Parts: sequence; structure tokens; C-alpha cells
Amino acid sequence: MPARRTPFGAAGGGPRKGAADRARAALRRAWAGPLAAAVIAAAPPAPATVAPDPARGKQVYERCLACHAVAHDRVGPRHCGLNGRRAGGLSGFEYSDALRAAGFTWNAQTLDRFLADPLGVVPGTTMTYDGIKDDRARRDLVAYLLSLPPCGGR
Amino acid sequence: MTDIQATPLAETDSGLILPRRSFLRGAGTLTLSAAAVAMLAGCESAAAGSSASAADVSILNTALGAELEAIAAYQVGAESGLLQKPVLDLAVQFQGHHKEHADVLAKTVRSLGGTPVDAKKAYDFPVDQLKSQNDVLGFAAGLEKGAVSAYLGAVPLFQNRDLAKAAASILGDEAMHWAVLRNALGQNPVPVAFVS
Repeated sequence: MPARRTPFGAAGGGPRKGAADRARAALRRAWAGPLAAAVIAAAPPAPATVAPDPARGKQVYERCLACHAVAHDRVGPRHCGLNGRRAGGLSGFEYSDALRAAGFTWNAQTLDRFLADPLGVVPGTTMTYDGIKDDRARRDLVAYLLSLPPCGGR
Repeated sequence: MTDIQATPLAETDSGLILPRRSFLRGAGTLTLSAAAVAMLAGCESAAAGSSASAADVSILNTALGAELEAIAAYQVGAESGLLQKPVLDLAVQFQGHHKEHADVLAKTVRSLGGTPVDAKKAYDFPVDQLKSQNDVLGFAAGLEKGAVSAYLGAVPLFQNRDLAKAAASILGDEAMHWAVLRNALGQNPVPVAFVS
């Protein structure tokens, strides 16, 4: 995510905050990691009826192109080398506080659950997107994302 | 770093997981000024009594970031020397729309007490892959299609229905851009009945 202030971040300049808001924000920051990890761990994976297809997933990825690219950072971080990367762990990209604190790594399971409901899994992420609800499309997208080579080829 | 597979499910039972709607309600509801909604929704009468949350501000800021990048992308296209009239005029016109979107998004964020994101000092576009007018058009079409999807994914998240309506209005504009660019590329301008 870009250099921006989340409504829940510590940086100044966010929405107006009273004492209650500040307390809620602090609580939210403290819970962000456990919440994200627990939500992902608790949710059952979507049933797989058709093998995920990275080629179809590349077409689904077109939905992401307003904010993401494979080889370079945009509004969102680049996706090359995503498999096994710590969430919020790409050097040089300014993530939301929530994603930095998420405490998980990207793999088939975490991507599937996050992409189904980004804000439900990581409340406070600046990926303000409702999610890809179609199981097959999401699995195809995950397969594509996991197929991307390490960064550095461009 | 914690691997989520290793996270004990007991955390679930401890009540740590909050439904997203509860979370959003807890995010602090702000009264949305009449001017803010009017600016974004273009309908002053809809503004009375509206409310928006801090989460809404976050959505607006994400959209603003994408709009600022689109402006920069069109600038690259316009200055590439690859676009010929009337395509060049079209690109400049579309860039102007994105400027209008960005302007009103920034003003709305500001009116809600937030701080609008700034444009990046530099953007990393695949300029080495842009060697013809069609390359530029294809790149722009991809951005516009992505923008349609991004707004589609944002609309249901707004707590404030006027902001959702306004985002849908921008979505419609981006969809028109996408269709016109596809047409300029000789592609079916409207290939599907539903966008996703």
C-alpha cells in the first residue's frame, strides 16, 4: 500500500480522534496481528472442485491492475516473489500498520482467505476491496500469484 | 514472524474475532458534512443527515492514490510521442476526468477530517514495453479495467450510501474509458454484460 495514513495508524493527520477513538485505535493496533492470524486460521478453506489454473488466474489478475503490478510497486505492492513472503514485509513499500502487524506469510491458504475478504482478515488494511467471492476465480488468482517468479528480473 | 497455520484456534474461542461490521462500527462514525457528500455525490439534497466512518476515509484515500497514479500514467502516454490525434486528445480528456476524480476525492477526505494521500514523487511504469500507440492504449485499458474492478470492490464497503453512490458514479466513468480504449484497439468495446 502506498504512503498513506490509515484511519487506525499512529501517524498524525487522520480523521478526527477523541480519547475514545485513540483508545480504540490503540486496541486495534494491539489486536491487529492476532486478529488477522486467528481469522485466517479459523476460516475453513473453500472447497476445491476444479484444479486451480494460473492461466485463468492471470485473467482474474486484471481486476488488480488499478493498484498492483507484478514487477513494480504501485498503489499496492508488487507481486513478484509473493510466495512465502511475510505479509507487509516487502522492503521499501509503506504498508498499513495493520498489514505490517498481520503476522502471517503469503501462501495458498493465506492468500485464499485474504482475497476472499481483505478487510475481514486484516481490519485496517488499506486494500479497501470487498474481496473475490467466487471460489474458483479466487483459487485461480492464487495459483497465478504463487506462480510468479522472484523479483529482480526486470 | 508468525505463520498463521501455527496460530492456535483457541484465539477464535476467546472472542478475539470480531465481525467486520462490528469492527467498522467501532471505527468511529463521523458526521459527513453536507458539502463533502455534495462534492462527491453531486447531490446536495442527499447530504443532509449523512454519516461516514474513518473506514470510509480509508477507502477514499485508496481510491485517491489510484487516481493520482492514473493521472501520471496518462501523462506518460501523452508525452510518449506515440499517441496521434485524435487518440492523444482522448487520452488527455480521460486524464482530465481522473484529475477531477482525484480533486473531489481529496476535498472529501479533507472535509471529513482526514489527510489526502499525495501523489508519489515518481511512478514506476513499464515504459520499456510501450513502443507503439496500441501499447499505450493497451496499458491504459488495463488500468481502466482495474479501476472499474477496484471501485466495484469498494462500493459495498462504504458505510455512507452517498459515498457509495458517488464511487459508483466514478466507476461508470472508468468503464466508459475502458470501453472506448478497447474500441480504439479494435476490440469489442463491451465484451461482457457484467464487470467484475
